[in-house]
Amino acid sequence: MKKQIALFSVLSPLAAAAQNESVMYGNEKMNVVIGVITIIFIGLGAYLFSLDRKIKKLEDEK
Amino acid sequence: MKGLPYKIAGLLLILFSLTYGLWSEVPELPIIEQSIRNLFYHVSMWFAMVVMMAVSFGNAIGFLSSENMARDRRSISLAETGMFFSVMGLLTGMLWAKFTWGAWWTNDPKLNGTAITMLIYMAYFVLRNTIDDPRKRARISAVYNIFAFVMMIVFIGILPRMTDSLHPGNGGNPGFNSYDLDNRLRLVFYPAVLGWVLVGTWIASLRYRIRNLEE
Repeated sequence: MKKQIALFSVLSPLAAAAQNESVMYGNEKMNVVIGVITIIFIGLGAYLFSLDRKIKKLEDEK
Repeated sequence: MKGLPYKIAGLLLILFSLTYGLWSEVPELPIIEQSIRNLFYHVSMWFAMVVMMAVSFGNAIGFLSSENMARDRRSISLAETGMFFSVMGLLTGMLWAKFTWGAWWTNDPKLNGTAITMLIYMAYFVLRNTIDDPRKRARISAVYNIFAFVMMIVFIGILPRMTDSLHPGNGGNPGFNSYDLDNRLRLVFYPAVLGWVLVGTWIASLRYRIRNLEE
């Protein structure tokens, strides 16, 4: 649950920007592309964090 | 989580370069046009690679003076991460070269020097796999790592500067000058380099910790 809240709080500014259509249609829709890149990169970061936690768990078991 | 601030800082710096790097105003250059933005992404791969290899080299020296096996594990983990950045740098560079210089590969001294450097580091990984005794492996590969790092500096740092090169900042010019980089580019480029170095350190530390677990 904590993870979902954290992910939501990261993505909410993006969601807020997406609600404001003038932002997303602006800059020749380049902002949509930037939004997509942001989502992928945040996902990649979250994946690194989850790997880190998994390794931590193995270290604690040892 | 240990080192949480640097991990988050690294991700945020890269995110800044990915977003602001596309919004920002860039100088209008002939031929290169908007692709000058590749400076933020392609060049930062190489900077991150050089930093990874330099710290790997430092750990190799550290191993030889202390015989501490953890130093050997750090050294190889950093070199592997550096290799990843160099592969990314090479692929992105090839794409950029195709649409700037007109060919996927040119006989530019920096390109050939990089290819040689990558082969030298590949030999390092192969060399490690051929030695079974861990202490012996650590000692021999530390010595080889020192050789590899010096060769890298010669092939990508010195030789391209002594001959004509398609890369900016080579052929007798200093690496950075007012013609190549203006402040608008610096504002995104330096944070991108720092971000990738931090995230590279993180990835290398994950590899190092997995190696520790395998011991």
